[in-house]
Amino acid sequence: MNILVCIKQVPDTTEIKIDPVKKTLIREGVPSIVNTYDTYALENAARIKDQDASTQIVVLSMGPEQAKTALKECLAIAADKAYLVTDRAFGGSDTLATSYILSEAIKKVEELEGYKFDAIFCGKQAIDGDTAQVGPEIAEHLDLPQVTYALEVENSEEGFKVTQQGPENKQIIAVSTPCVITFTQPDFEVRYPTIRRKMAANKAQIPNITAADLEGSIDLTRCGLKGSPTHVKSTFVPVHDSNIQFIEEETLEEAGAKLANILSDEHII
Amino acid sequence: MDFIQDEMHQDLINMYREFAENEVKPLAAEIDKTEQFPGETVAAMAEMGLLGIPFPEEYGGTGMDNLSYAQCVEELSKVCAATGVIVSAHTSLCATPIFLFGTEEQKQKYLTPLASGQKLGAFGLTEPSAGTDAAGQKTVAVDKGDHWLINGSKCFITNGGPADIYIVFAMTDKEAGNHGISAFIVEKGFQGFSIGKHEEKMGIRASSTSELVFEDCIVPKENLLGELNKGFKVAMMTLDGGRIGIAAQALGIAEGAIAETTAYVKERKQFGRPLSKFQNTQFELASMQAQTEAAKLLVYQAACAKDNHENYSHLAAMAKLVASENASDVTRRCLQLFGGYGYTREYPMERMMRDAKITEIYEGTSEVQKMVIASWMGVK
Repeated sequence: MNILVCIKQVPDTTEIKIDPVKKTLIREGVPSIVNTYDTYALENAARIKDQDASTQIVVLSMGPEQAKTALKECLAIAADKAYLVTDRAFGGSDTLATSYILSEAIKKVEELEGYKFDAIFCGKQAIDGDTAQVGPEIAEHLDLPQVTYALEVENSEEGFKVTQQGPENKQIIAVSTPCVITFTQPDFEVRYPTIRRKMAANKAQIPNITAADLEGSIDLTRCGLKGSPTHVKSTFVPVHDSNIQFIEEETLEEAGAKLANILSDEHII
Repeated sequence: MDFIQDEMHQDLINMYREFAENEVKPLAAEIDKTEQFPGETVAAMAEMGLLGIPFPEEYGGTGMDNLSYAQCVEELSKVCAATGVIVSAHTSLCATPIFLFGTEEQKQKYLTPLASGQKLGAFGLTEPSAGTDAAGQKTVAVDKGDHWLINGSKCFITNGGPADIYIVFAMTDKEAGNHGISAFIVEKGFQGFSIGKHEEKMGIRASSTSELVFEDCIVPKENLLGELNKGFKVAMMTLDGGRIGIAAQALGIAEGAIAETTAYVKERKQFGRPLSKFQNTQFELASMQAQTEAAKLLVYQAACAKDNHENYSHLAAMAKLVASENASDVTRRCLQLFGGYGYTREYPMERMMRDAKITEIYEGTSEVQKMVIASWMGVK
């Protein structure tokens, strides 16, 4: 089985600082990590490899050269190979452009590796952007079936048996391969790297995939800022008001009734 | 001196730190209270390769060096000194002498499972009447032709009980003093070998410290480690390396205490302002930080000298002397900054202070370190 895991390097902080002029995240001085949900995707791929050692796990990321640090972390945990999609022409891409570029890059990786992927695993969303759009959009670009909010996967005869987190329950879904699966937090922990894998990852050469490498198949008008229909109007840090009253009751209904009473007493409703 | 602070070492420090923070720190207070040996943590460390850091890959190790090993013990000890010493005793005191003095067969049979973490190791030199005075030991090994017969006992053995493989010293020529000691590799399960009394300790309570009992213990001939009657040299060279591990443990304890205290003094308010605003607090922490940084340089210097195959015996002694006395000093002063809360088990400071003391005692007391240093200086 061949699995491609898409990952994103994100800032490791809950206190995101935003440049008031450019309206973009200030990344200087903020340590970077592999997006947490992407590590769940990687761990699920690793669990499949635990069962079948012939499984190949390739990690793919789009971003600047420094994103190779995140790819190396994935190599240290479980991945066999890594590729970085990087080009100035791809900068400023929104989710639609990003997913388009990634889907073209995935085809390129398949060509370079000489096989097709049975599955593309992604985190359900990135902890910085929180859109949850890139995974499903990759599935659409590649015309593949998709399952979102997966907790864990098991190999089955037709493809995968996926345990999916619903709003109030879990359900098990069968999906045929090839497919795209996006993951949320499972019950199990993501494994730690081993020293040996860490040392090998440290020395690994990660190839770049640039716009030139995708020439002939990629439409550059669908990439970067000009290929992005999303425009950020404003970005701000919400003001935290410490004057908060928590309503904790046995059931949601009781809490709702209590809230209604309070709002009514305050003449708000 | 050349401290290798390349990306590889830094990457591994980050990995040790993440593991220590997430998996070791949450257990530290509880296992100190219950004296529960952290078996699951040891299994996780084995999986990651933390039990064979300075050994070649061909013997199940990771192929890293003594600097990275010391940094691993340091990171673990920042949050739990008991976990730190489990790794140190296993690596320095059991796997290392087999690596240094073992035959190829002994390395294949014992070093490989130790370095890959399948087996845990321990070292037995001390006896009720023989600590620093190694030649005073009463444990005897007699050549029975096709095997050795060992009788006697060892005390204060770190990892005693949970360990599978033990390096045991015994007299093979009672008249010859230090020149009549030999080293043996003893497996848990050898006939006549049992674990005796478990010590209740002041600190590092989750690390197992036990008595080893040998009653007509049968040890195969091929389990003699190094040459006959050359065991004293095996012990001394092993302890030289062990001191780097204990110095790293002491360094970690001091760094951990400073980190806890730095966070605490910014939160705790007296007279309307955080303790960190008082100059006494600033001076105390600044001085502790500077002393700890000095200890760190000595520890890394000793580890690098060992990696470079230089004579490091005196450097390890200096590192252990300074780092262990600093750990006791720093934890005592940090507890003072915590005030009454520091004396309670609600905060880790009293545990760190109890843990620090042993670093001045085991693997050679501070006085023994001074003997080693003075001898190297030619002050005889």
